[in-house]
Amino acid sequence: MTSPQDLKYTDSHEWVRQEPDGSVTVGITDHAQNQLGDVVFVESPPAGRQVKKGEECGVIESVKAAADIYAPVSGEIVAANADLADAPEKINQDPYGAWMFRIKPSDPAELSALLDSAAYEKIAEADKH
Amino acid sequence: MPFIPHTDEDVRAMLAAIGVESVDALFDEIPAALRAGPLQGVPRGLNELELMRLMRERAAADGEYLNFIGAGAYEHHIPAAVWQIATRGEFYSSYTPYQAEASQGTLQVLYEYQTMMASLTGLDVTNASLYDGASALAEALLMAVRAHKGARRVLVPRSLNPTWRAVARTIVHNQGIELTEIDYDPQTGCSSMQSLAAASAAEHAALVVVQPNFFGALEPVDELVDWAHAQGLIVIAAVNPTALALLKPPGEWGARGADIAVGDGQPLGIPLSGGGPYFGFLACRQALVRQMPGRIVGRTLDAEGRVGYTLTLQAREQHIRRSKATSNICTNQGLMVTAATIYMALLGPDGLADVARSSHANAAALRELLTSLPRVESVFDGPAFHEFVVRVESPVATVLQQLGAHGILGGFELTHHYPELGQALLVCATETKTPDDLRRYATHMAGVLSS
Repeated sequence: MTSPQDLKYTDSHEWVRQEPDGSVTVGITDHAQNQLGDVVFVESPPAGRQVKKGEECGVIESVKAAADIYAPVSGEIVAANADLADAPEKINQDPYGAWMFRIKPSDPAELSALLDSAAYEKIAEADKH
Repeated sequence: MPFIPHTDEDVRAMLAAIGVESVDALFDEIPAALRAGPLQGVPRGLNELELMRLMRERAAADGEYLNFIGAGAYEHHIPAAVWQIATRGEFYSSYTPYQAEASQGTLQVLYEYQTMMASLTGLDVTNASLYDGASALAEALLMAVRAHKGARRVLVPRSLNPTWRAVARTIVHNQGIELTEIDYDPQTGCSSMQSLAAASAAEHAALVVVQPNFFGALEPVDELVDWAHAQGLIVIAAVNPTALALLKPPGEWGARGADIAVGDGQPLGIPLSGGGPYFGFLACRQALVRQMPGRIVGRTLDAEGRVGYTLTLQAREQHIRRSKATSNICTNQGLMVTAATIYMALLGPDGLADVARSSHANAAALRELLTSLPRVESVFDGPAFHEFVVRVESPVATVLQQLGAHGILGGFELTHHYPELGQALLVCATETKTPDDLRRYATHMAGVLSS
């Protein structure tokens, strides 16, 4: 699967989508879900929490590993995807649809520092070797 | 072949390679005064016959005491079958084999253990055990702080075993977690609601509720749990497993039940053995399972649909999660738990309730006998399980020494941990005592106090 061109990315394998209301939606990439294997548990940060760019704010657990999720930008968590509690496998089935949480960014400059799909694919490709 | 990994020649070669004179030189940094010398009084080598004779002499020197000390470790009858079965070759191992393909029997025993403990505590899940009750408490405090995601202080009653408090403090202190001690009501010996109300609940993550408490007294658990939940605190129950055969399980305390339960499993078929090895148990609600440390055995189906057992939820553990694991404890007390599982299976729920009931009856009878003596008074007035506190008119250390001269271990001296109670003594009687034993204790106590 190629990385959608309309999304931004982090080198820790999160994808970020800018929403019309100014918030950003965060999930993990196809490459990340592929490396983790079958996801069995997702812990998203609670709405209202303030996070800093690069801060650990969630956990994804698979049958063989557990990985931390980092905030791609600073801001306030405004929503978390409750559906994942009962259906964590959606992360595997539809990584770009199964979002984890939304952040209202406090520093828009951080958004422009995120990777585009071409830059992320290079990182993901290097990660495979 | 004896297990001697290095010959003298190996040692010389290794020392030469690193350019050091002797093995002792490697320890130069440790001041000489702090180094252990050769052990005193240990002969160089004995044959089996000589060794058995020596050990019998040493054992006889210890004497055969009538024991009334509890204070966290309890003398109970252990059916002979418990250790006969536990020491069978299939179970008896210094290492718990976890490979599912080679250890279905061991894993099934652990699974049965977990099921029994979940049933005793009235909670959803338990792990495959921890080292002892005190370390289980520390793990529960860490769990509660992680789950609370805010406060780093916990409310701990002074009516909880002082040794457990000290161990827990040592473990959690390095993670920046502090214990706030809640005083007990001088009338009942139980956690005081006034003392609780004075503590600022908002700064705390959890409340520990102990049942029965260190003084043997029964705490108002429903009231304490409801208070804690109303303040947004996580409730950790610290319980005696024998007592749970009679008392309401922690999962049913108050309106919502305790969230975590811990305790020492020693009363379930583990001999006193001078303080260990014992085992700790830890149970919790399903919602907290990913915060629970230690091994968990799960029941599943294999590719052909047959029932099988395997370790589960291992992503929480340090071999996968490294420094972010729930705990650095990645093991359990396999042999102790095997014995406890056999003990519980042999006794059954009714047998365990019988043990609890006759321990309670013996303690109540002894309390009556002792407190009817002159110069002995009861310290707390509420109901108790199988331990109680009395105050004597003479220095308690002397009283215990004199009882010892009559072959009686009279109880646990409270003057160090609870000086405010005066010359106080914690006394325990379990089902192992006969009416004659109780009378013998009371008679000697009367004699000692009148001399």
